[in-house]
Amino acid sequence: MKTSAAAKKKEAPSGSGPGGESWELRLYVAGQSPKSVAAFANLKKICEEHLAGKYSIEVIDLLKQPQLAAGDQIVAIPTLVRKLPEPLRRIVGDLRDTERALVGLNLRPSPTEV
Amino acid sequence: MTKSVGHSKAAHPKLEKAPTGIQGLDEITGGGLPLGRPTLVCGSAGCGKTLLAMEFLVRGATEHDEPGVFMAFEETAEELGKNVRSLGFDLDALCRQKKLRLDFVRIERGQIEENGEYDLEGLFIRLGHAIDAIGAKRVVLDTIEVLFSGLSNTAILRAEIQRLFRWLKDRGVTAIITGERGEGRLTRHGLEEYVSDCVILLDHRVIDQVSTRRLRVVKYRGSAHGTNEYPFLIDEDGLSVLPITSLGLQYVVSDERVPTGVARLDTMLDGQGYYRGSTVLVTGTAGSGKSSMAAHFADAACRRGEDVLYFAFEESPSQIVRNMRSIGLDLEPWVKKGLLHFHASRSTMYGLEMHLAMMHKLVREIEPRIVVIDPMNNLSRGGSHQDVVSTMTRLVDFLKLQGITAMLTSMTSQERLEETDSEVSSLVDTWLLLRDIELGGERNRGMYVLKSRGMPHSNQIREFHLTSRGIELTDVYLGAEGVLTGSARVSQEAREKAAVVQRQQEVEAKERELQRRREALEARITALRKEFEVESQEMERRVGQERSRAEVAKLERVRMGISRKADDGAGGPRTLGRPRKPQETHA
Repeated sequence: MKTSAAAKKKEAPSGSGPGGESWELRLYVAGQSPKSVAAFANLKKICEEHLAGKYSIEVIDLLKQPQLAAGDQIVAIPTLVRKLPEPLRRIVGDLRDTERALVGLNLRPSPTEV
Repeated sequence: MTKSVGHSKAAHPKLEKAPTGIQGLDEITGGGLPLGRPTLVCGSAGCGKTLLAMEFLVRGATEHDEPGVFMAFEETAEELGKNVRSLGFDLDALCRQKKLRLDFVRIERGQIEENGEYDLEGLFIRLGHAIDAIGAKRVVLDTIEVLFSGLSNTAILRAEIQRLFRWLKDRGVTAIITGERGEGRLTRHGLEEYVSDCVILLDHRVIDQVSTRRLRVVKYRGSAHGTNEYPFLIDEDGLSVLPITSLGLQYVVSDERVPTGVARLDTMLDGQGYYRGSTVLVTGTAGSGKSSMAAHFADAACRRGEDVLYFAFEESPSQIVRNMRSIGLDLEPWVKKGLLHFHASRSTMYGLEMHLAMMHKLVREIEPRIVVIDPMNNLSRGGSHQDVVSTMTRLVDFLKLQGITAMLTSMTSQERLEETDSEVSSLVDTWLLLRDIELGGERNRGMYVLKSRGMPHSNQIREFHLTSRGIELTDVYLGAEGVLTGSARVSQEAREKAAVVQRQQEVEAKERELQRRREALEARITALRKEFEVESQEMERRVGQERSRAEVAKLERVRMGISRKADDGAGGPRTLGRPRKPQETHA
């Protein structure tokens, strides 16, 4: 997979999503573990479907940069951190449940709010 | 990703240990925590888990050259630093010297959304990074169970925590994992299932509004350890655990003697006083002179230049000094010279065990030869009966082990004179009993040696006076009317003296009478003798007369015979019927 390749890759935000902001996401992984690989794939898919053109994903491999774990208070792997738009949000896990991931990222109102 | 750190366990048949540097804990555990293995420290909130763990790291870093990582899940690095600064630990300095590394892991409930599979590799990486950064040999995780409040998938958490402990073992770091006490189990989330090497339980109980901290080693695989609950203290020097029960009866006794400070009492105790390192109990009713006895002992020790630690639980030091001055003892110079160390506190200030922990600490600091506890029964108010007995036993054992001569005073009631409320009587070597003797409308003090192990001692009750020259002991009156003291003794003595005088006079009178009678008798004897002499003279005179009369008669007969011309010679008288007469004369 291309997590390591993607580590430095920032997809420039373009246009405006819901609310018009640009989305800055950070995914913490540990090497090429299956969960890390799955999380990146699921995230990429969600972003492409819902935030096409206005998101950036920064993948941080803690095996290579362990000192970065403390900054975002990373305990679990994989962890997705939504830096922007505010407020900061975290989702841990491989994001296999797309619906919940959308709710978690505030891309869709939670079922209780409907 | 892990490299094996030096501590090989397999090479040594005996379990290697990492000294905690915490006073007392190393003694209970026989050297410290299992080296290169995790130890679980559990207890309820505020029982001192974090402090114990932090002291373990700080002592390791400063005393054993073992850097440590503190991973805090509850407090931030700043909060931690502030909390332990009061104990004299400068965490910032240690961090700058790369001897310590603090990492704060913040997990807030509701902030984390879970979606699918995850693991705690992030935590492992952070910890691994911190360990590698300073070459840590010790690790603390405080309190890892916070993870359960932030993350909901307990199945994953359990598996990961188990993996973490294994991972810590593989890395060969000596770790402390703290856990919150749970209902009916050691920790809320059953961490004890995963940490099987060593489990230490801390407890903070409040009984009768007095709190006491206790520590117990629940489990220590492969090692002997003290199994009791040990009280511990947190003060400006960190933790100190009282491992006194682990001491046992191994102390070496001394033949040296220590004067009591009261000359007459020395005489009662085989002429030399107490044994060095023995425990002396002075019991008595209120106002019977216990403190004075203790002050004498302390004064005598200071005169010899020995350090005395005086725990006062009833009076302030200045009050004691003033009161003792009234019986001619000036303790103030000793205080000024630094020989007499007073430590006064209200017994209700802390629990019994806290007092003992404090006493333990002071004894270690001051290293006195003599310890006075006045009075000890005030301490017993802070605990249950059993607590008091066990802690007093531990205290006595501790003092004996240090070779310290201890004097404990205890107040007893008149009815239960030969009992002590904490049953320490069996622990003490010498027991002096002071008692009031009420008689004839006044109260006097009496004293006797109830027991004194290992020496012949007087069985006599002595009257005990507090004079302006100190304690004086005098013989009590022992007579047909029982033991008398005070003015009763004095008056009895006077009466006795009068009786003696009277008897003396009677005897003298009798003697005179005897003399007189003897004289009279002798006079009579003389008179009789005189009479007898007179009589005998008369008798002799008469005998003489008779004799001469007989002579005359004889001569008469001869003359008559001659006149009759008797020619029959000898035959003549035979016819006269006097045949024997000549024989008689011949004889």
